[in-house]
Amino acid sequence: MDMNRVAADMNRVAVYRREHFNAAHRLHNPAWDEATNARVFGKCNLPHYHGHNYELIVKLTGVPNPDTGYVMDLKVLSELIQETVLQRFDHKNLNLDTVEFRDLNPTAEHIAMVIYRLLRPRLPGDLDLEVTLYETDRNFVSYPA
Amino acid sequence: MVYLTRVEHFNAAHKLYNPRWSKEENEAVFGLCANENWHGHNYDLYVTVKGEVNEDTGFLMDVKVLSGLVKTYVLDVVDHRNLNLDVPFLAGKMCSTENLAKGIWEQLEPHIPAGVRLHAIKLYETPRIYVEYFGA
Repeated sequence: MDMNRVAADMNRVAVYRREHFNAAHRLHNPAWDEATNARVFGKCNLPHYHGHNYELIVKLTGVPNPDTGYVMDLKVLSELIQETVLQRFDHKNLNLDTVEFRDLNPTAEHIAMVIYRLLRPRLPGDLDLEVTLYETDRNFVSYPA
Repeated sequence: MVYLTRVEHFNAAHKLYNPRWSKEENEAVFGLCANENWHGHNYDLYVTVKGEVNEDTGFLMDVKVLSGLVKTYVLDVVDHRNLNLDVPFLAGKMCSTENLAKGIWEQLEPHIPAGVRLHAIKLYETPRIYVEYFGA
């Protein structure tokens, strides 16, 4: 066991910010016919959309800054999520109103991956990022896995 | 008197938009909720009935029967639907949580068994916003 590595890991802390947004969507694969879409996606394929209260948990892992004691100022993280994610998706139709899902089925998996890709370049490179997204209380995904 | 509540949930799209007003007026009053292409929610629905306990069963009412009524007259009509476009009992009405709660009451009330009364519809639009309706 590399004791230096273990010692370094013991300085790492995870911090989390929880946010939420409400959006409409439907699951639909344009390469399939209507019957196949209905069979695979069921009610989620209904043509007039449905919606969710999405709960988003952004996890950052790193070593606290010796001067501030922060892994990251969570107020700054909150504003970054607001600008980067919530302004794009809150009270929107994911299929119709966003460029990210114009050609991508807006499943919870894809939404989490898109949020990761939106946030990653805006965050310090030495912090690890994990995105957890609840579509309902009982259905949630995390990325990366 | 005993009160019995069944909790259910459904997901739906809607928008708040008064067709008699201009787009600008709608946006001024309803803000983001007026978004033309809809948005959506996970709704949590609490249906409460009240009455006296039956001596033979110990029940106010068989909660499985209540669950079946909510499924047939509410969930099958609204779940994964667009409230503005797909739901007959909201046709011509504003799709607010207030009107949805009243509409759910009107859907259920005629089907509640004799000897039991509908007491309340409590409807959460988000974890922090809910409406209660106790009948006219």
